[in-house]
Amino acid sequence: MSPRFRLRPGRRDTLGLIGATILLLAAGCALLAPWIAPHDPTAVSLLARMKPPMWIDGGSLAHPLGTDNLGRDILSRVIWGSRISLAVGVAAVIVGASIGSTIGIVAGYFGGWIDNILSVVINAQLSFPFILLAIFLLATFGGGFWPVVFVLALGAWVNYARVVRGMVMSVKNQDYVHAAISVGVPTARILRTTVLPNTLSPIVVVASFSMAQAILAEAALSFLGVGVDGSNPSWGVMLNDGRAYLQTAWWLTAMPGLAIALTVLGGNLCGDWLQDRFNPRIGN
Amino acid sequence: MLRFLLRRLFMAVIVLLVVSFGTFIIGHLTGDPVELMAPENATREAKDELRSYLGLDRPLLVQYFSFIGNALRGDLGFSFVQQTAVSDLILERLPATLQLAATGFVLSLLIAVPLGIFIALNRNTVWDFLATSVAMIGQSAPNFWIGLMLIALFAVQLRLLPVSGYGGISYLILPAITIALQSAARLTRLMRASMLEVLNADYVRTARAKGLRQKTVLWVHSFRNAMIPVVTMAGLELAELIGGAFITETIFAWPGVGRLAVNAVYQRDFPLLQGVVLFAATAFVLINFLVDLLYVVIDPRVKLS
Repeated sequence: MSPRFRLRPGRRDTLGLIGATILLLAAGCALLAPWIAPHDPTAVSLLARMKPPMWIDGGSLAHPLGTDNLGRDILSRVIWGSRISLAVGVAAVIVGASIGSTIGIVAGYFGGWIDNILSVVINAQLSFPFILLAIFLLATFGGGFWPVVFVLALGAWVNYARVVRGMVMSVKNQDYVHAAISVGVPTARILRTTVLPNTLSPIVVVASFSMAQAILAEAALSFLGVGVDGSNPSWGVMLNDGRAYLQTAWWLTAMPGLAIALTVLGGNLCGDWLQDRFNPRIGN
Repeated sequence: MLRFLLRRLFMAVIVLLVVSFGTFIIGHLTGDPVELMAPENATREAKDELRSYLGLDRPLLVQYFSFIGNALRGDLGFSFVQQTAVSDLILERLPATLQLAATGFVLSLLIAVPLGIFIALNRNTVWDFLATSVAMIGQSAPNFWIGLMLIALFAVQLRLLPVSGYGGISYLILPAITIALQSAARLTRLMRASMLEVLNADYVRTARAKGLRQKTVLWVHSFRNAMIPVVTMAGLELAELIGGAFITETIFAWPGVGRLAVNAVYQRDFPLLQGVVLFAATAFVLINFLVDLLYVVIDPRVKLS
C-alpha cells in the first residue's frame, strides 16, 4: 500500500476536540446566558435600530453583532437563543433515542414478524418527505416546544432503531449470550446486562449526528412559522424575523444562521470522531 | 437477480400502501372537510347530504380503497381551496420543480464526483483539508440560510441576479446553487470515503501487485466500486428534490411542487397536501427502485445473487 493512504495520527482527534469545544461553548452560552449576555435580549431601543456589526461603519462596541429592527442587541439574542435551540436538540435526542433503541432492541433480539414490520415502517418513513410531515403535523395540531420535540423525535427514532437492531443482531449470537440463555437468565435481564451495553456506542454516535439534525430541523420549522414560539426566540425564529430586512440589514439573518451552522458543525465533528473511535473502518 | 428485483418491487408496493394509508389517516384526523366546505349557516341536513354526496359517510376502509383506486387512475382528489383537481395543480407545478431539481442535481454531481475522487487520491494534502472543511461546513449550515445569504450577496449587494421568482436562466441560478451546495457537500464526503475504502481493498492491492497500470486500477477496479454507495445516496437526493425542495422553493418563490405543498399547509388545503405527499413518496419509491435496477449494471454481485 502506498504511504499516501496511511492515516495521519491525530488529525481526527483534533477535529473531534474542536467539535466538542464548540458544543461545550454553546452549552456554556445556554447555561450562563443571564450572566454573559451584554444586554437584555428583549430590551427595545428605538434610537439604536438596525445598527450594523461593529466591524462595519456605523457599528459600535456596545452592540458587537449589531441590533435588529427594534434596536435589540443581536449578540444577546443569539446567546439567549441558544437555550431554546439546544434544549430542543437535547430533548429530541433523548425522546428519539429512548423510543428508537427500545424498538431496535426488541426487533433485533426477537426477529421474525416484529422485525419485518419494523423494516416496512422504516422504509415507509424514509420515503415520506419528513420536513413536510413535520410542517403538516405542527400546522395541524399547533406548534410549541414539546410538539416540536416530539415531531423531531418522530423523524429521528428510525436512525436509532436501525443501528441498534443491527448491533443487537450481531451481539445475540455471541457465545456469552447463548451461555446466559442456556443457564436460564430471564430475557429482560439478558437484554439489560449483555445487549444494551453493547448498543451504547452506536447510540452515542447517532445521538451526536441527530442532535445536529434536530437543531437544523428546528430552525427550518421555526423559519416556516410552525416551530417554537415565545418571547425568547430560537435561532430559527430570529432568522425568520430577519428575512424581511434582508435587503437592508443582512446581519439580522446572518448572525443566527452562523450560530446554527457552528453548533451543528460541532455536533457533526463530534459524531464523525465518535464513529471513527467506535468503528474505524467506516468514515475515514 | 430476478429474485432481488422482485423482492425490491414487493417492498416498494408495501411501502407505498403504508405511506398512502398514513396520509389518508392523517388527512382524516385533521378535521371534517364538510365543515370547511359548507357555509357556516348550513343546516345539519344539508351538511349530511353533502357528506353522503362526497362519499364521506362510508366506512373508512371503503373510503381508503376508493382513494387508492382513484389515485391509480391519476385522480388525487379535489382542492376545495383552489377549486381545481389536485393532479392538475401538481402537473402544472411539476415542470418548474423538475427544472430546478435536474439543474441542482447535475451541478452537484459535477462538483462532488470529480472533487471527491481528487481529494481521495490526494489525501491529507492542503486541497483535501480545504475541500473536506468546506464540505463539512456546507453540511452543517442550514440550507435555507445559505440561500438567503446568496440572495443578500448576489441579488441585494452585487445586483447581479434577481432576488426571487420564475423566468429565464437568471432566476434559476441561485436556487440551483443552493440545492447543489447542500447535496454536493454530502456527496463529496461520501465519494471521498468510498474511494478511500475501495483503494484499501484487497482486490485493488491484487490489481496493483499483478502490475496493472495505475489508470486501469483506478478506473476499472476502483471507480466503479466506489460509485455504489454514491449512486444510492445520489438517488435519495434526487428523489427528495423531485418531491419538492420545500424550503428552497419557498425562499426563492419558485413555483414548484414544494412551494405548492408549503402553501397547502398554511391554507389547510388537506386534499392538496395529501396529493403532494403521495406524489412525493411515489417519486421517492420509484427512483429508489430505479437505483436498484442500476445496481444490476454497476454491482456484479447483484447479478450473481
